[in-house]
Amino acid sequence: MKFFLAVLLIALLSFAAGLYLPWWMIAVVAFAVIAFVPLRPLSAFFAAFLAIFLLWGGLSLYISTANEHVLAHRVSLLILKLDNPVALMVVTALIGGLVAGFAGLTASFIRPRVETVSRLNG
Amino acid sequence: MRIIPFILSAIVSIFLIVLFNTKLFLPAPLGKLLAPQQGLWQNAEPANEDYSASLRFPGLKGKATVYFDERLVPHVFADQEDDLYFVQGFLHAKFRLWQMELQTLSAAGRASEVVGKLAFNHDREFRRLGMVYAAENSLKQMEANPAIKASCDAYTAGVNAYINSLSAASLPLEYKLLGYQPEQWSNLKTALFLKYMSYDLAGHDQDFEMTNAKSFFSKEDFDLLYPAIQDSLDPIIPKGTIYAPAAVAPKAPVALDSIPVGNAVVVEEAYKPDRDNGSNNWAVSGSKTKSGAPILCNDPHLGLNLPSLWYEMQLSTGSFNAYGASFPGAPSIIIGFNDSCAFGFTNGGRDVRDYYEIKFQDDTRKAYWFNGAWKATEFRMEKINMSDSASFVDTVAYTVFGPVMYDHSFSGKRTNGTKNYAVRWKAHDASNELLIFNQLNHAKNYADYTAAIAYLHTPGQNVAFACKNGDIALYTQGEFPAKWKGQGDFVMPGTDSSYMWQAMIPQNETPFQYNPERGFISSANQRPTDSTYPYYLGREYPTPRGLIINRRLAAMSQITPADMMALQTDNYNVFAEMARPVFLKNINEANLTAEEKKYFDLLKNWDLRNDIHSKGATVFTMLWSKFRAVVFDDEYAKAPQPVALPFESTLVEAILRDSAYKFIDNINSPQKETLPDACLAAFQNTVKELSPLGMATALEWATYKDTRVKHLTKLPAFSRLHLPIGGGTNVINATKEEHGPSWRMIVSLTQQTEAYGVYPGGQSGNPGSRYYDSFVDTWVAGKYYTLWMMTKDQTTDPRVKGQMHFSN
Repeated sequence: MKFFLAVLLIALLSFAAGLYLPWWMIAVVAFAVIAFVPLRPLSAFFAAFLAIFLLWGGLSLYISTANEHVLAHRVSLLILKLDNPVALMVVTALIGGLVAGFAGLTASFIRPRVETVSRLNG
Repeated sequence: MRIIPFILSAIVSIFLIVLFNTKLFLPAPLGKLLAPQQGLWQNAEPANEDYSASLRFPGLKGKATVYFDERLVPHVFADQEDDLYFVQGFLHAKFRLWQMELQTLSAAGRASEVVGKLAFNHDREFRRLGMVYAAENSLKQMEANPAIKASCDAYTAGVNAYINSLSAASLPLEYKLLGYQPEQWSNLKTALFLKYMSYDLAGHDQDFEMTNAKSFFSKEDFDLLYPAIQDSLDPIIPKGTIYAPAAVAPKAPVALDSIPVGNAVVVEEAYKPDRDNGSNNWAVSGSKTKSGAPILCNDPHLGLNLPSLWYEMQLSTGSFNAYGASFPGAPSIIIGFNDSCAFGFTNGGRDVRDYYEIKFQDDTRKAYWFNGAWKATEFRMEKINMSDSASFVDTVAYTVFGPVMYDHSFSGKRTNGTKNYAVRWKAHDASNELLIFNQLNHAKNYADYTAAIAYLHTPGQNVAFACKNGDIALYTQGEFPAKWKGQGDFVMPGTDSSYMWQAMIPQNETPFQYNPERGFISSANQRPTDSTYPYYLGREYPTPRGLIINRRLAAMSQITPADMMALQTDNYNVFAEMARPVFLKNINEANLTAEEKKYFDLLKNWDLRNDIHSKGATVFTMLWSKFRAVVFDDEYAKAPQPVALPFESTLVEAILRDSAYKFIDNINSPQKETLPDACLAAFQNTVKELSPLGMATALEWATYKDTRVKHLTKLPAFSRLHLPIGGGTNVINATKEEHGPSWRMIVSLTQQTEAYGVYPGGQSGNPGSRYYDSFVDTWVAGKYYTLWMMTKDQTTDPRVKGQMHFSN
């Protein structure tokens, strides 16, 4: 449940931040959300990665579809040397996902290991 | 807290952010570029984009409405004329901002600010040519005219209104990719844009190349290689026209004949406009048309780029209603028509740029020898900022002639020489070219037309005109120096005033035609007149296109716009008509191998048309270039560079006149080569080069020629490559590899104007728009769009796809 909450929060807050703030705010958002909604490192990474992968991938897919992929054909050829709109969307989603993922991972290390916590309590 | 994993993970995160925030992959940060809400995805315009909007700007005087049609051509209706230019500036910026700015930065010698030291030589050459100095001079004159000042101010305000509305997300794609921001527009930028056109059209001379040729060849050889007039010339103003004696008689220097031969030039221009920047225009009177109304046609041949140099639009207000191609960067319609008449341009091609060799007192360049004394130079500091290195201040010396373009610190393409050359360019003089377009847009009749074009100084143009009252006319217009014979063909001594331009040819001696008996006027950059015109015109004019256009027009009658479309896109090669018989006659088929025979048959059976699938056109083109090489390479091998090669027509005419033309002999071989020897050698070289292409598609003319329309950055991804289109040099359809008809227009001046046009581009400069290259395929196919002169009562017409309202 927490996992999906984190994904949703990261995606929503990143969308809002993306309207006006620099692109790397996705890292700040992922870090902050994981700091408040603690997850295990692996889950934290995937939650943040998935949130931005879906957000950036989804947004670019939505925009590009309306555009009939005119821009994506040209820009994929320019940047990736390969006429493939989907590849450009995947690269977009991956870059966003990786940056957010590692930021989320970093935040997950703020708290001690979950197992350690339970052992101490027990 | 788990310190070590935290730190490691934080390092990776920060590394990734920094990595995607650097310019490692592209000139702009990849993360920023790909972020979908602000980066390049925002330039992916929805295919069904609605351009409708309601916009308010306090500077407007009244209301204006833009109706976009299904080709995204805006039809602008404004209550006030000034508002019309505001909206024009706004639309130019909305659809073409990046190109407008790039072209003016380039004109001002500021390209290095965007692309870095790559453009350093370009920028120095443009500064030293005095582009900014020229634009400043013209701006003063432009702003002295209240109507032009008002139109420029409104235009500039419109461009800036758009620039100020931009956000990080809506910035044009190229700014994002190259990582920089637009700056504010100004009237000076409009003046710079016009100077850029002057450079493109009146900045091509061969003074250095001809000086080197003269220094190398004997007088007899030189005259054979570079005749002033071609035999096949059919001048713009027909032969036999009577000209009044010259009112101005320039005096040649007494010492003229003593110019030392062997004085080779040691500089070479780093950038040179295309020699074929030319055009076709013609108009036929009602006596030759089916409708009985005149038809005017124009197709300017320029470098083919995306975004296009042209932006199509209609401008309508109380005082005028004009439609046609406009220049993003300047107010008014440039080539087009209004409710009364139509107008079109071809390049005059006169030599209005000359060089003078300057003798400085010493390396400080503070003084130069002039009329027997040391005269002080003036210095202009030119600071060149570069995006990738420290800025550079170029100190340019100005003399009575003009700026010293080349000196010990700059020799263009060459390593620095010791000679100093000042440039005298007509475009340095103050003039107000915008007034021509402004007045042509308003013109109602022949008198308005002649009054308008009197303001055209540089670049000199052949201005075609046709009017609904039946008038047709053509003026070989411009302000040109009256030169003594040969003046400015070569670099001249700059040590006294005797070689300077002495006066301008009076306007009333401009060669022109008004309703000529033959029923048509035409120009295709050929020499304006025959040798009876009393002023010296130089020798740099191509002949063949004018010849075939006049032949065709003379033979035509009952002409319709469809006939004119066929003529504008005609692929007949009149030059080959002259040159092919030389080969067919002088190559003995018996001496050919079976392989060579196949190519010979292609040549022999060729229909002389440079059509898309023609293989004969490929063989002929290659054969001609090999033949030129066989004839001239031996003589030119030791000539100082750069050197001018003779015109194609010169060679073919020389051989038709005299098959023992002296340059046929290879001076490096013991035996004496004859014309058949040269033809055979050229043919064998041709087959050698063409054989690897095989006999299939690769040999076809369009494939071989490989026409392309490149993005201004040359990026292939934003260009249209491998276009299947015929034509070529010396053909009416003058489509070369990257150069050709940049706007084709046909206007039939019937009661209800019937007009057609197309250009190889699209209305939007955004590579993410479907309007970016939407006209290219139509242009390639030789088809046209109907140009819709919209009226105010057609606002509900189904062609209207969007409405943009402007008010204050």
